[in-house]
Amino acid sequence: MRRTRLSPASLGPRDVLHVGSAGLRTRPMRVVLSALGIAIGIATMIAVVGISASSKAQLLQKLDALGTNMLVASPGQGLFGEEVKLPKEAPGMVGRIDGVQQVGATGDLPQAVRRSEKIPADESGGITLKAADEGLLKVLRGAMASGTWLNDANGRYPSVVLGHISAERLGITEPGRQVYIDGRYFTVVGILGPLPLAPEIERSALVGWSAAGKLLGFDGHPTSIYERSTDASVRGVRDLIPRTVDPENPRNVQVTDPSSALQAKAATEGAFTNLLLGLGGVALLVGGVGVANTMIISVLERRHEIGLRRSMGATRGQIRIQFVTESLLLSGLGGIAGIVLGAAATYVFAASGGMPWVVPLWAVGGGFGATLVIGTIAGLYPAVRAARLSPTLALQAV
Amino acid sequence: MSSGTTDGAVPGPADPGTCPTGHAAGPVGTGYAVDPAGTGHAGGLPGHFAGASDGFTGAPEHVVELAGVTKEYPGGVAALRGVDLRVARAELLAIVGPSGSGKSTLLHIIGTLDRPTAGSVTIAGHDIATLTDRRLSALRAQHIGFVFQSFHLVPGISAQDNVAEGLLYSGLPRAERRRRAAVALDRVGLADRMAHRPHELSGGQKQRVAIARAVVGEPDLLLADEPTGALDSASGEAVMALLHDLNKEGATIAVITHDSEIAAELPRQVRIRDGQVVADEGRAAPTGKRRAPGTGHPGIRSAER
Repeated sequence: MRRTRLSPASLGPRDVLHVGSAGLRTRPMRVVLSALGIAIGIATMIAVVGISASSKAQLLQKLDALGTNMLVASPGQGLFGEEVKLPKEAPGMVGRIDGVQQVGATGDLPQAVRRSEKIPADESGGITLKAADEGLLKVLRGAMASGTWLNDANGRYPSVVLGHISAERLGITEPGRQVYIDGRYFTVVGILGPLPLAPEIERSALVGWSAAGKLLGFDGHPTSIYERSTDASVRGVRDLIPRTVDPENPRNVQVTDPSSALQAKAATEGAFTNLLLGLGGVALLVGGVGVANTMIISVLERRHEIGLRRSMGATRGQIRIQFVTESLLLSGLGGIAGIVLGAAATYVFAASGGMPWVVPLWAVGGGFGATLVIGTIAGLYPAVRAARLSPTLALQAV
Repeated sequence: MSSGTTDGAVPGPADPGTCPTGHAAGPVGTGYAVDPAGTGHAGGLPGHFAGASDGFTGAPEHVVELAGVTKEYPGGVAALRGVDLRVARAELLAIVGPSGSGKSTLLHIIGTLDRPTAGSVTIAGHDIATLTDRRLSALRAQHIGFVFQSFHLVPGISAQDNVAEGLLYSGLPRAERRRRAAVALDRVGLADRMAHRPHELSGGQKQRVAIARAVVGEPDLLLADEPTGALDSASGEAVMALLHDLNKEGATIAVITHDSEIAAELPRQVRIRDGQVVADEGRAAPTGKRRAPGTGHPGIRSAER
């Protein structure tokens, strides 16, 4: 008689995988359906994270192109709420600050811009009239959609450049048309392209600095000074501008960073996705319940197999690991399918919106990790039940 | 299981007094599937064994020893009432009784799938009362093979893989399991059906696959529960013939059946009724070809008490 010690042989990883997948191989349809729940949950989460990451990447790309080194100086409010004006020489003074590379200025004008004299004067269409100096376009890194920018030549005559939104509002699509300003027709010489850093310019009609003085009674006091400096000196320039522009009352000068709004937008891009992420989480949870359900049914159906395996010498632990493995495989399959689906959805969204395709690795890893956790939890109870089945009962139930 | 000394000669004095016939001659020769007499007995018996089962000092030549086995279910229903049964190595016996007689319960207890509420069960020398569930599992993996009425083959995988499943819990590497499965299938006459899946096999072939699976691990004891119950008579006869052949090669086989005709074909019949052994009779037909005439026939045995 063999007196071998009675200790059960352990299953190798390959054998565990083999027994764990046996139940799945014989029921492919059920595998697909129960993995689908997990897949939908993971796909939702990956897509939500991926889409917000993609649009964030796009914003940052845009920001990169626009630069974060532009500042705008504008008059603040006086101590007693009185209107403050920036000195006429302010743009020149700003230009002399160490590190400043380009300067541009605009001065607000009160007149309305109309398509013709037949339009009532109070219908401004939200378009503001500004005097602009030549340097403005360069500072804003703007481009002309059509026509030309203000220059020495056309700046002296009644000519105007429209921001692309004001052009739209006036119904003007090409240069050469005329608009009615302060009892006189101005010729549109150019239309600007989009200016994400200066949305106020997009909604303006710009007249040359000297023409504004001659024709519209512009007093020469700038209302916004745009400057661009080296990246390294942005902070220093920001501190210096108020004292340079108005040494007596530096508090009267307000300095803003238009790119900070875009940066804030990029930063908050993920904020509202939390809700969608939660939705994906719920889907994932429901998927997990589906897997648990499938596993319980699987255990009930396979009582014979469990009994057979027990009769062939499987320990309770080996039965448990078999069903946990099966559950893990089931949810893991769903997880992989979900990651692929979510990444594909992100790709479609990004491609249609002209965004870079970004699927954060942490989301992929986290999503897959979540499926494994769910698979283990979903499989544990059915597996324990399977292992507790009496081998005789498992075999008797015909 | 794999270590295979095939020396079947069990030393005579191994069984002092408990077995009056002194049935000692395990079939000699190489059972293909069943290692007829085991191996370890020849060596210095490990101490844990010497005292392990009631007074044995030598190798247990009884694969199964039940003493006073009672199984009661909650509610006071007794499926077995004090069953004593000994099955010697290389025996072929029928445990026969009508449904409800307790023979299935007896099968489960012999197969260590269930524990008795009273009495002692010793399988292949191991007192199962002392074993944990883990060790019982190992006992089944190493010493017992099961054949079921409804085959219980795994659907969707080949006959060879089905047989190899029988070695899954043996610790053998996969390639070796498959190799042995091929040998076992060849032995049951299904060498040409290795790659067939269960649904492509006839009932008789399925049962032969199941038998191959049960014996591929060379168990000390093969338990067949109504092995012909789901088969037509021709297939049933073929299966019984196969069991006879395996027995001739040294396998210890217990066939549980309600069918007296099938039981009558076997050398020994243990009749169960109402949870008790009512008769234990054998007929004088040789079971092992190589059993020397004149030695006590293992089939002819008193009811042990």
